[in-house]
Amino acid sequence: MAEGHRITLAPEGLAFSCGEEENLLQALQRVGVAPALLAAIPVGCRGGGCGVCRIHVRAGEYRTGRMSRKHISEADETAGTVLACRVFPESDLEIEVDPSAANPITRSPTIAKQQRG
Amino acid sequence: MQKGVMRPGHVQIRVLDMETAVAHYRDRLGLIHTHTDSQGRNYFKGWTEIDAFSVVLREADEPGMDFMALKVLDAATLAARKQDLIDYGCQVETIPAGELDGCGERVRFDSPTGHWFELFAEKEQTGKWGVGDRNPDAWPEDLKGMKATRFDHCLLYGDDIDGTVDLLSSVLGFQLAEQVRDEEADLRVAAFLTVSMKAHDVAFVRHEEKGKFHHASFYLSSWEDVLRAADLISMHDIALDIGPTRHGLTHGQTIYFFDPSGNRNEVFSGGDYTYPDHPVVTWDASQLGKAIFYHDRQLNERFLGVVT
Ligand code: FES
Ligand SMILES: [Fe+2]
Repeated sequence: MAEGHRITLAPEGLAFSCGEEENLLQALQRVGVAPALLAAIPVGCRGGGCGVCRIHVRAGEYRTGRMSRKHISEADETAGTVLACRVFPESDLEIEVDPSAANPITRSPTIAKQQRG
Repeated sequence: MQKGVMRPGHVQIRVLDMETAVAHYRDRLGLIHTHTDSQGRNYFKGWTEIDAFSVVLREADEPGMDFMALKVLDAATLAARKQDLIDYGCQVETIPAGELDGCGERVRFDSPTGHWFELFAEKEQTGKWGVGDRNPDAWPEDLKGMKATRFDHCLLYGDDIDGTVDLLSSVLGFQLAEQVRDEEADLRVAAFLTVSMKAHDVAFVRHEEKGKFHHASFYLSSWEDVLRAADLISMHDIALDIGPTRHGLTHGQTIYFFDPSGNRNEVFSGGDYTYPDHPVVTWDASQLGKAIFYHDRQLNERFLGVVT
């Protein structure tokens, strides 16, 4: 996407391009160049409902679609903590994986058990 | 059906944006959009269903399931089960007739996994859509999308699944058809319950958090139709979860995807049947990959962990 904005993941500095009509998670999936990014930001429901793709936007302008209030409070939203699948960039962005993320995926006892083997 | 509970009746699902949700359930799943009520909720049914509706969408700021309702034989059964639920210790609330358009009085109750269920005895019957019940033709011609035939079951995630299994079996007459057991931990990991010949009318998976919604499922008549649903998911760039594949549990042929608010949907065909004298089918947690995805035999984190 020639028109895309440059999205940089802090602190690693990995970058990818994302158009204004595309959400960050879609762009990540499409690019697929950075497995580290994909691993850091899990792909869940892609609808702003499950909360697994929580990120923090450090700098830049963006629009958001509606996100589940269970995962993103009004305070989160003001502070730039958002769901990657609902973020549409309007400028270059600098993002990081939400440091406080309690990823629901890893909270499943079934999965925890399987991962322990 | 020993306690007079016949079948699933409806599910009320919360969505973040009503317009895109209506388009998804109507044009992609192919449910019949019956109407919008005075609260702005939208009602749907599968074309083979005789009831006026089976799916209700409510706009809210958090997706998930409000409640799943079961139909009982008659008003006397409703009153009797209501008393049984109170005696069992459930929080029980009576919702007056008409709160959902076309539905009689509902008895709402909570469960140990934190899910809300309802019983009702009466709902307006508008008949199978487009064919009726007098010399009915095989199918109506004006169906859309995946042509989902009926709302079939829900899979719910919560902590105390043994508690909910006990409630639904002892008070409402559900039968445990299939389960997943972790013998090492002496723990039931999943439970599939039925009040009919179906392999499941509702199912539960153990999960740390109460009251979570994994999926609402809709029945299709063939594997060919499941593959056609997969084509539609690609054509319309719908968020695919997994499939088309077959489950080990219940052996249904299936595909999972998400609605625009992140609620998971399933369409499936086939699957095992259960009679009241059938022994419980058990899958070992060590075989969980195969139990869930019979072909891949690999666990999938998103399928297991992503819920609304
Ligand atoms: S993937 Fe579910 S909220 Fe973004
Ligand atoms: Fe299912």
